[in-house]
Amino acid sequence: MKPVIEMKNIVKNYQVGTVVVHALRGIDLKIFEGEFVAIMGASGSGKSTLMNLIGCLDTASSGDYLLDDLNVNSLTKDEYADIRNQKIGFVFQGFNLLPRTTALENVELPLLYDRHERIKNPRQQAIKALESVRLADRIHHVPNQLSGGQQQRVAVARALVNNPAIILADEPTGNLDSRTSIDVMSVFQKLNDQGKTIILVTHEPDIARFAKRTIKLQDGKITEDREITVPKKASEVLATMQGDEDEME
Amino acid sequence: MKWNRIQKIAFKSILKNKMRSILTSLGIIIGVCSVIVMVAVGQGSQARIEEQINSLGTNLLMVFPSHSRMGGVSRGAGSFNMMKLSDCDKILQQATHVMYVSPVIRSGGQIIGGTGNWSTSIYGVSTQYLAIKDWDLANGNFFTEKDIKAKKKVAVLGQTIVDQLFPDSDPVGQKIRIRNTPFIVIGVLAKKGQSGMGQDQDDVILAPSTTVLYRLKGGDRIDMIYVSATSINEMDLAQTEVEEILRKEHKIDYGEDDDFMVRTQTEITEMASATSKTLTLLLGAIAGVSLIVGGIGIMNIMLVSVTERTREIGIRLSIGARSKDVLTQFLAESITLSLIGGLLGILLAVGISLFMNKFTEINTVINPTIVLMSVLFAGAVGVFFGYYPARKAANLNPIDALRYE
Ligand SMILES: Nc1ncnc2c1ncn2[C@@H]1O[C@H](COP(=O)(O)OP(=O)(O)O)[C@@H](O)[C@H]1O
Ligand SMILES: [Mg+2]
Repeated sequence: MKPVIEMKNIVKNYQVGTVVVHALRGIDLKIFEGEFVAIMGASGSGKSTLMNLIGCLDTASSGDYLLDDLNVNSLTKDEYADIRNQKIGFVFQGFNLLPRTTALENVELPLLYDRHERIKNPRQQAIKALESVRLADRIHHVPNQLSGGQQQRVAVARALVNNPAIILADEPTGNLDSRTSIDVMSVFQKLNDQGKTIILVTHEPDIARFAKRTIKLQDGKITEDREITVPKKASEVLATMQGDEDEME
Repeated sequence: MKWNRIQKIAFKSILKNKMRSILTSLGIIIGVCSVIVMVAVGQGSQARIEEQINSLGTNLLMVFPSHSRMGGVSRGAGSFNMMKLSDCDKILQQATHVMYVSPVIRSGGQIIGGTGNWSTSIYGVSTQYLAIKDWDLANGNFFTEKDIKAKKKVAVLGQTIVDQLFPDSDPVGQKIRIRNTPFIVIGVLAKKGQSGMGQDQDDVILAPSTTVLYRLKGGDRIDMIYVSATSINEMDLAQTEVEEILRKEHKIDYGEDDDFMVRTQTEITEMASATSKTLTLLLGAIAGVSLIVGGIGIMNIMLVSVTERTREIGIRLSIGARSKDVLTQFLAESITLSLIGGLLGILLAVGISLFMNKFTEINTVINPTIVLMSVLFAGAVGVFFGYYPARKAANLNPIDALRYE
């Protein structure tokens, strides 16, 4: 089996004034289709930097990055934008939804920037994506009418609406309480069960245990990489917790 | 990316921020509106002046007494007037390029007759006056050469006088008193309506030149002479002839200044419209400045909105928008705003000018060229002042944009 993501000796340096910050000091990483990877590590260890590189939001200082066998280093700015649009769905810690814009329009947005117009009916597709995150009844709500968990689920719907190869999430539960966090994790698990490759960043071990594989970063280097043979099921954990689901959000 | 999708995104963004959009457009609305209205007012007054001068008559030359006589020594109004009734006869006899001649002796005063009294102007003119002015009679007759010779006390009334003094009866044959001198009404002028300047052209009485001069006004000086050239092409020749005849008649030696001046209708039109053209230009320029200020307003708001919307730009870039998409979106937004502003400005301007025409004395003429130009200008303002902020937005790095607080 071929890896979806293959990184070879990836280095990322930031120049801040006269100081050079070594955010990543040589990352070798392979991630295969259908994996559910949690990237862990202390604050400042380089997790977000790595995610931004994987997500083609930024370019590495050196090293090779193959995404779906495509060498990403040699691409133009526009080709980068197209990869972000078609191969990657990104979920952020701060949701990053457009304000004053309905959930439906937010989810539709990536389809509007698809210059190949692969999906003929963007509206229908957006509704389907929202249904899959259990927000069918909230499609006309704007972000500030939604709870944090619901906003993050809208963001997940937006990330998957284009049928990307991978879904990336940088601390998606960082702004959510523990119960809502588990709820969002259950959405990711469901997507993973459907075959989507998922990579998420978290510093909470409680969240990481829902993944199938954890990678530890320390000072810009991978220090640990292991499989979780029996990941926890978020939906089961959720069932054991009391309280009304939507009231908590 | 397809243009209509970008346009849709831009439109949505405009509608999402109604207040900001309105404020942005306001500068353009006011700018375009004031350019159109100002120019319309200027051209309206120009049109009025031209219309009024044209209504004076056809192929018209006007001879006035002149101030500059006797080596520049002015002797006060009236005292320099050397024009007499005999000048008219001389012109008519000797000039070959002249068709009609009429003196004008202005007088005025109280008229009593019929059912009441009325105050108006009385013009002493020749029998050719109607032909010069291209006026018609509605009723009765005009006076004849015989009446003029006999200084007959006959009068031809304008419609306004008829309405005032004889609302229910036929005035022809009736008696009226002009400043206590009895006159017989022999005719009524056809209705002409208001002149370009809003003057009532029907509020007038015509009488034989001699009668007005000797029986009403006194003295022997006439106020002006109307001369109608045989054709529009012969106006220059007619003017030279008239000047030669009058110089001989007034015994003005070679090198001496004339005691009269001849003005053609076109000269007068040009003089008057030159003034109002300058006015139009000035008004237009002032309004143009406000249009530019409006454009700078758009740039200001677009710049602020780029900063304010940095996160939005980051989100769009992160889900796959190309720089060009963002550039196009921002440009489309600013062009749309300025075009909408331009259209609203036109509507407002049309409304204001209709209102002015209907409810005020100010006459306005909307110039389609100016309308077209201001729309194009509004669009150009959108491109010009929208480009810098749009480029700034498009060149942002997605991560930096997303991290922006
Ligand atoms: N844009 C940037 N400019 C300079 N330094 C940066 C930038 N982004 C991240 N860094 C630095 O790189 C290191 C890794 O940061 P980051 O990837 O955000 O860590 P994490 O997400 O694990 O908390 C940190 O030392 C951080 O200060
Ligand atoms: Mg981070």
